[in-house]
Amino acid sequence: MFRYIVEPGFFGSGPVHIALAVGAVIAVTSAVVGVFTVTRGQSFAGHSLADIATTGGSGAFLVGLNQFWGYLAFGAGAAAFMEMIGIQRRRGRDVATGVVLGAALGLAALFLYLGTQYSSTTGASFTILFGSIFVITSSTVPALIVSALLALGTVLVLARVLLLTSLSPDLAAARGVPVRAVGAAFLMALAISVALSAVIIGAVLSTALLIGPAATALRVAKGPVRAAAVAAGIGVAATWLGTLLAYDSYYWPPHGRGWPVSFFVVTLVTGGYLISYLRPGGKPAETPAEPEHACSVALC
Amino acid sequence: MTEPSAGELLRLDGVGVRLGGREILRDVSLTIRPGEFTGLIGPNGAGKTTLLRVMLGLQDVTQGRVLIDGRPRNHRDASIGYVPQKLGIEPDTPLRVRDVVSLGIDGNKLGIRLPSRARRERVDDMLTAVGARRFADARVGELSGGEQQRVMIAHALIARPRLLLLDEPLANLDISSEQGIVSVLARLARAEGIAVLLSAHDMNPLMPVMDRIVYVAAGRVAVGTTDEVIQPEVLSRLYGQHVDVIRVHGRVLVVAAPEGSDVTDDVGVVG
Amino acid sequence: MFSSFMLNTWIAGTAVAVIAGVTGFFAVLRGATFAAHAIPNGAFAGAAGATLLGLNPFVGLAVFSVAGALGIAGLSRRARSDVATALTFVMMLGVGALFVSWSTQYAQEAYSLLFGEVFGVSADQVRPIVVLGAVSVAAIVVMFRPLLLSSALPEVAEARGVPPRRMELAFLLVMALATSMTVPVVGALLMFSLMIGPAAAARSLTARPGLAMTLSVVIALVTVWIAIAAAYQSNWPLGFFVGVIGAAFFLAGKAWSALTDQARSKRGANRKILSS
Repeated sequence: MFRYIVEPGFFGSGPVHIALAVGAVIAVTSAVVGVFTVTRGQSFAGHSLADIATTGGSGAFLVGLNQFWGYLAFGAGAAAFMEMIGIQRRRGRDVATGVVLGAALGLAALFLYLGTQYSSTTGASFTILFGSIFVITSSTVPALIVSALLALGTVLVLARVLLLTSLSPDLAAARGVPVRAVGAAFLMALAISVALSAVIIGAVLSTALLIGPAATALRVAKGPVRAAAVAAGIGVAATWLGTLLAYDSYYWPPHGRGWPVSFFVVTLVTGGYLISYLRPGGKPAETPAEPEHACSVALC
Repeated sequence: MTEPSAGELLRLDGVGVRLGGREILRDVSLTIRPGEFTGLIGPNGAGKTTLLRVMLGLQDVTQGRVLIDGRPRNHRDASIGYVPQKLGIEPDTPLRVRDVVSLGIDGNKLGIRLPSRARRERVDDMLTAVGARRFADARVGELSGGEQQRVMIAHALIARPRLLLLDEPLANLDISSEQGIVSVLARLARAEGIAVLLSAHDMNPLMPVMDRIVYVAAGRVAVGTTDEVIQPEVLSRLYGQHVDVIRVHGRVLVVAAPEGSDVTDDVGVVG
Repeated sequence: MFSSFMLNTWIAGTAVAVIAGVTGFFAVLRGATFAAHAIPNGAFAGAAGATLLGLNPFVGLAVFSVAGALGIAGLSRRARSDVATALTFVMMLGVGALFVSWSTQYAQEAYSLLFGEVFGVSADQVRPIVVLGAVSVAAIVVMFRPLLLSSALPEVAEARGVPPRRMELAFLLVMALATSMTVPVVGALLMFSLMIGPAAAARSLTARPGLAMTLSVVIALVTVWIAIAAAYQSNWPLGFFVGVIGAAFFLAGKAWSALTDQARSKRGANRKILSS
């Protein structure tokens, strides 16, 4: 019976070990960063960074680098740019952002096209867009772990200040918090998390690991510590279970190919979110009215 | 400009603020001494918010100076507490009431702090003092306006400030919540010797507890006791047009005369 | 490039541009840019699934696009709308990725559905595009006034008996149907570029709604025509040109409105300000 749940060779396989270990670290980082992202209303910023990471990954592929460096470089660059022109604000869902993202994705299309002309790697487009946890090259593992610890560390050190700022930016500023600098640091951590998630489930889908576990956690946990813990748990569970199912699916039709890990992770994360609506006695969230902008400080 | 004397918590000397080509505040001078309960009263748009932001260090002045304890304002000032008018949070923000009050202790510091029993007790005591203990574990985003006010007062007071500034705490509250907040503030302030300054457009709920009033109109202020300030001559000079002060049923009303030349501000009735 | 072989491409591209201009105008007006990004992703999943099952892909496209629209409308009522849209968005793409992974040409197919593949489109692929395009445009034209009112002034519209939720749903459905047709041509990820860029540019040029919508369509047409020509000559992907040209028009529109604002304020500086 167990054989049907876990196909043979799962626990012995090298790529699986890497996938599980690195996957867990990345999942925890994304989940914790995600809690703050959703709380600060910066989900759209995360999405924008993901689209730009797509361009970065394609560009890296074109010049022959591992796509993680592309995700990271373009994501961090975009974060710095967004910070400079003040686009972090909660309602930054500008048309302007959309247009810029459109141009970035067009560029991604070009890079991928040119890359596939000159390279012999099959399925590269698919991997960059939709990821594959099983092809994490062991040479990038140290960089992945270090980046994850950097992002996670930043957010943990800034946790109280971030919470205070989301409570009231004016209040935080009055208490001497450098609100803008903190926001910039957080945006960098967000960019790194997006790049990391993109490695596992692809640039286009990376926001699922960022937002899904966090959104679910916010529905079931009231305080910040518990919310972060629940989100991390959900993220790791989804990643591990997704990895397992992807491995098993080698034996499912169509044979020998396997279903994408990203599909499983996204489905599990979304499913978890929907299930949280079934809690007995859980009230449906009233559509929160957009809170009147409480801040007179430049950026929220 | 008189010389600053010892024991003044906050002092503004000839402060002026110019924003976007408009003069928002002009020649504002006032002092706040320990334990005083001061009302910052005036119609909307008169400059109350700007004045508060100047005191908090959120707004630079184009003229004059701001002194805390006799020294020029420094951003790291911990001795001034602040209760903002509105919170910028959604209902599902993961902050319980006790988390918010705990942030009052050190929410502006970097790093991780492990929980301790002493801290938890300190938070509980504060919550009890403001009457918020019963919803200590509720999400702050799901509370009513009055309840949130209490929580933010606790947040500010737990850091033991010597001056507490509140931005329109009574706006959007019903009468009984209004009275509740005013009495909590008065009681705590007296007990701890904390100076309180709160802004409002209606001075009447504060009459029983106010020691002094800073009346703001058209960017200028008149400072003193209510008897000194709420006088037709003083207010008329401030508004730049004739206003009357009417006392009826124990309430004070400031009313603009109907025929006014040089009307630069729409005064209407100020409660 | 004007051979009969390319005729279908030009027709398809023109139809797509008209659809994008019309729906994009309202998407920008309603601030529905994220939904405009998300709904075509449902189309991506639908196309992938339908190809797999050997169905006429347009059936799959329509079904999934509509499902995506309903998902967004339904979830956003109960949850934070940004979370709802984000999760619907990735779920659609995830399912699409799954379907694509089952096909033998998965990399190529993923690419073409996301970034577009207009060349070599056949006559019987063009027909549904043109038909459904005409239907969606007709629907928008019929709903123009109530839709405009409920987009710009929702409370007023409600007071006058225009139910905002129903308008929202109707609009999302039309957008779903319209984009389902266009995704195989321009690609899911770039369809929204075509909807948003020209419409945003049009808004910078004029405040009159009818004129703005017409300008949207015109700019979208010009964008697509230039893109087709450029893609034909260089062999580079159509989506790249659409994205970049759309952005260029948007910037041009912003520059125009900045210049005319400056000119207007210079003229008006001498007038006395009567009320503050």
